[in-house]
Amino acid sequence: MSSKIARIDLVSSHPEVYEPCDDSFALVDALLSDRTNLLDFHPRLCMEVGCGSGYVITSLALMLGQETTGVHYIATDINPHALQVTSETLKAHGVHAELIQADIASGLEKRMAGLVDVIVVNPPYVPTPEDEVGQEGIASTWAGGENGRRVIDRILPVADRLLSHKGWLYMLFLTSNNPSEICLQMKDKGFSARIIVQRATEEENLLVIKFWRDSPVQADTNGMVTTTKTEPFMAMGSLGSLFSRLSFWRSDNSSC
Amino acid sequence: MKLLTHNMLTSTVKGVVNGFPLRIEVEKTLEKQVDFSADFLRNLFYKVDWKALVEAAQTMGYAELPEEAPDSTVLESEDFLKKFHYALLELHLEEGNLVCPETGRKFPVTKGIPNMLLHEDEV
Ligand SMILES: C[S@@+](CC[C@H](N)C(=O)[O-])C[C@H]1O[C@@H](n2cnc3c(N)ncnc32)[C@H](O)[C@@H]1O
Repeated sequence: MSSKIARIDLVSSHPEVYEPCDDSFALVDALLSDRTNLLDFHPRLCMEVGCGSGYVITSLALMLGQETTGVHYIATDINPHALQVTSETLKAHGVHAELIQADIASGLEKRMAGLVDVIVVNPPYVPTPEDEVGQEGIASTWAGGENGRRVIDRILPVADRLLSHKGWLYMLFLTSNNPSEICLQMKDKGFSARIIVQRATEEENLLVIKFWRDSPVQADTNGMVTTTKTEPFMAMGSLGSLFSRLSFWRSDNSSC
Repeated sequence: MKLLTHNMLTSTVKGVVNGFPLRIEVEKTLEKQVDFSADFLRNLFYKVDWKALVEAAQTMGYAELPEEAPDSTVLESEDFLKKFHYALLELHLEEGNLVCPETGRKFPVTKGIPNMLLHEDEV
């Protein structure tokens, strides 16, 4: 079966909404490359934080199917135009996600804690002066403050809270966000991490990292408790050398 | 906005203790057909706050759900699952407000999208 993702010509747009760019493509490629695992995993509730044009959540919904297979999608953005555009993009592809205008997951954190199986995020990650973060307009779609971490550092604890015991987080970073430090912080919260996609464009080195909880304890439908095997935590040494290698890479296909 | 989503939302205005369930003010509702999945519904049954769902459905003009939280034997009843499916997934609030039960703060729903953002002095 061919894997369907969102068609660029069917993605809606608005001057104040982030258009699908190298980072969006990297995130969707990461989901595609992990699609078999995702299908085996059979998530019930999938969520995107900061959906922008809707390119990513639409692609995920096309990849995994809709309610027939029992998957439900939710997407948030702080920008009302982004939700409008996402709604048009979803519609153009014949899929549905519930849309909520929220600061990360405001209003959902209490009742959805521990219920979300998959979270995907392409955050505002560009290092900028602190006062550019969260301003009105298109800059807020990418402005990330010092090291690009202002919004990222607020998303990670929310993801920890929302993810189910077997939940997965796919998140996009730049090498300048110091992802190895992020992996260590997530390790303290009990998460393992693996780089799924790495890509160097002219201006930036992009990484998509998948996080999952260490040795999650799973209750199956009979109420039996089983422990699933997890992939080993990526050694920090190899992450470190990978990052330094990446920073020397250059490719010439930057287009956004 | 589906009532499933309504069932997951709380008001987080400063000082609020529970902030749940949000009262619904209806301006416009919609029905959108959703493929039926018994498996999906059985799984959700345990996560939904029953009283909040029944009240929300009633506000939206649908009074077919049992008032009392049913026990899990209903999950074998096709009739029950169909009603549950309709209320939870097919009935949509298109325009209206979600009202915080403690402060009365209104969260507007526009084109089916609730705005849960708080002002600076509410955080
Ligand atoms: C880099 S763009 C990614 C857009 C889209 N997901 C993509 O991959 O093309 C980041 C998005 O996050 C949104 N965003 C920024 N801060 C946010 C916050 N605090 N809560 C929710 N969304 C936020 C922006 O409005 C923007 O749409």
